[in-house]
Amino acid sequence: MIRADGVEKRYGRAWALRRVSFELNEGELLLVTGANGSGKTTLLRLIAGLASPTHGSLTVGATRGDVGYLGHEALVYRDLTGFENLDLYGRLYRVRERPERIGMLLERFGLWDARSERVSTYSRGMVQRLALCRALLHDPTLLVLDEPFTALDESGAALLDRELATRSENKTLVVSTHDPDRVAGLATRRLALA
Amino acid sequence: MAGALVLVFFVAPVDADQGISQKIFYFHVPLALTSYVCFGVGAWKGLRLLWTGVARHDLESYTAIHQGTIFGALTLLTGSIWAKASWGRWWVWSEDQLVLFLVLFLFYCAYFMLRFSVEPGSRRERISAVYALFGVALIPVSFLAIRLSKNFIHPVVFTRHGPQMTHSMFAAFCVAWAAVLLVAYVMYRVELAGKRIDANLQDLREALTAS
Amino acid sequence: MSAYAADVAALARKDLRLELRTRETLPAMLLFVVSTLVVFHFALPPRAGRDAAYGLLWVALVFTALLGLGRAWVPERDGGVLDGLVLAPCDRSAIWLGKTVAILAFLVGVEVIALPAFALFFAPLPGRSLGGVALADIGICAVGSLISAMAGAGRTRELTLPLLFLPLAIPLVVGGVGATISPHGAHYLLFLVLYDVVFSILSWAAFEYVVTE
Repeated sequence: MIRADGVEKRYGRAWALRRVSFELNEGELLLVTGANGSGKTTLLRLIAGLASPTHGSLTVGATRGDVGYLGHEALVYRDLTGFENLDLYGRLYRVRERPERIGMLLERFGLWDARSERVSTYSRGMVQRLALCRALLHDPTLLVLDEPFTALDESGAALLDRELATRSENKTLVVSTHDPDRVAGLATRRLALA
Repeated sequence: MAGALVLVFFVAPVDADQGISQKIFYFHVPLALTSYVCFGVGAWKGLRLLWTGVARHDLESYTAIHQGTIFGALTLLTGSIWAKASWGRWWVWSEDQLVLFLVLFLFYCAYFMLRFSVEPGSRRERISAVYALFGVALIPVSFLAIRLSKNFIHPVVFTRHGPQMTHSMFAAFCVAWAAVLLVAYVMYRVELAGKRIDANLQDLREALTAS
Repeated sequence: MSAYAADVAALARKDLRLELRTRETLPAMLLFVVSTLVVFHFALPPRAGRDAAYGLLWVALVFTALLGLGRAWVPERDGGVLDGLVLAPCDRSAIWLGKTVAILAFLVGVEVIALPAFALFFAPLPGRSLGGVALADIGICAVGSLISAMAGAGRTRELTLPLLFLPLAIPLVVGGVGATISPHGAHYLLFLVLYDVVFSILSWAAFEYVVTE
């Protein structure tokens, strides 16, 4: 599903990611660890398709519409409601039975009651949960999650645990985290960045 | 290059009897044309960058546009001198070429502003390339606009000192143009080489400190 | 084809909804253009002809548009949403078109007030000039949308936007003023069409490269 060969990314003079090579098959879960500044975020952005490598080759066997990405920023409009945000993304991703799917996700992540509130009124944890909804909305075959447990409280983290467990059965995942023990049980491969 | 400069200076004395304004013309028009060529090269390299993604095209595009801007500034300078010699004023709006260069000069100065406000990387390369392409699209559109604007801004009062070129004058003009192009090309190569050496030096430094 | 149109519609609708909700940009643009017109009244010498006023109208419109363009991509930058849009399977040019349509709606909305105000303060506007305004608006928004995105990628975005935009706006001003005061107004309208076609196509094609790495 993913093949990286000597992938590097630099911005002008600054190296964001140095020589990374790995392979990931369908249905596997790649756990990416590393200190701050080691290039975890850059790698995940490359895999998601937000940037191209400066050197090396990176092949991802999923089209744009099949990738779900959760980054450091939530990628939601602050002045739209939770529902409106998901509706927009639902349209852009051509999600079928959009309202039902949105409703189901909002409920699963405990955001149903806040669906008509502007995102600017959400707590950090709620924003993160909405971002997760956004990433999962179109049922992607490849999930790229950059430190998804950030800002989640216990209940939110438990929801995510459950979600990861279900999805890792038949979807491909790439997860970067500061808390590897949480995901270690599900991980089939590990990549430690220096 | 030295030979080219000598040639340029020999051209001027050949037509000394024509008057100062004519002499400037031999520099002014080649400078303008060379500027266009540089901007064209800049846009072409920009297109190559967008097409292939090879980073070296970005440096080439930037250098070409840099040269084009320098020659554009010289065009404006010599144009101003020519205006003073021909019409007694340092600036005239009736000369389409000159006004066009003013607009282009503003446009390409903004290029550098843009370039230095964006962090280095592939994003900056792409944005610079797109802007360079907009530049060459602007050249004909601007020219047309300036032409059109004269209908309602200034009726064309001044008669042009258009050079009616005899054979020898034309030959001199071509020599001058070739010389200016050569100077531009040499400056382009020098600047490009300088920047490449700079980059290689920094790479080397990094490699040494890393190991 | 219709999927593309649906994307554009969804994106434009989003911008309109945001503006309706936050009301940040439109009132400011309105106030700005009217204030500018008042300043022009004081800036014009007493015996300045009607033509001078028409010229100043275009200055007012261009700078009001700049005000709006400066805010155009702010919602996308705020939450990093632009990445989210770029990741979506829709054509990247649809993002540009959606934004252009929205800004166009804002600009026209402002002009609905500004043009009558101008006619009130200075001189009535011939029908040709309205055509000129409409065509120039398209050019302003098409190019401005792209330029704003480019400027936004940099650090000094509020400064670079006007620098990038004004040289490109010069032909539009020529076209607009010419359409108003020249006896051959139709030529100028045609010229504006040319500008719109050339630069819209260029912007439409180039947007992809401006938002991706």
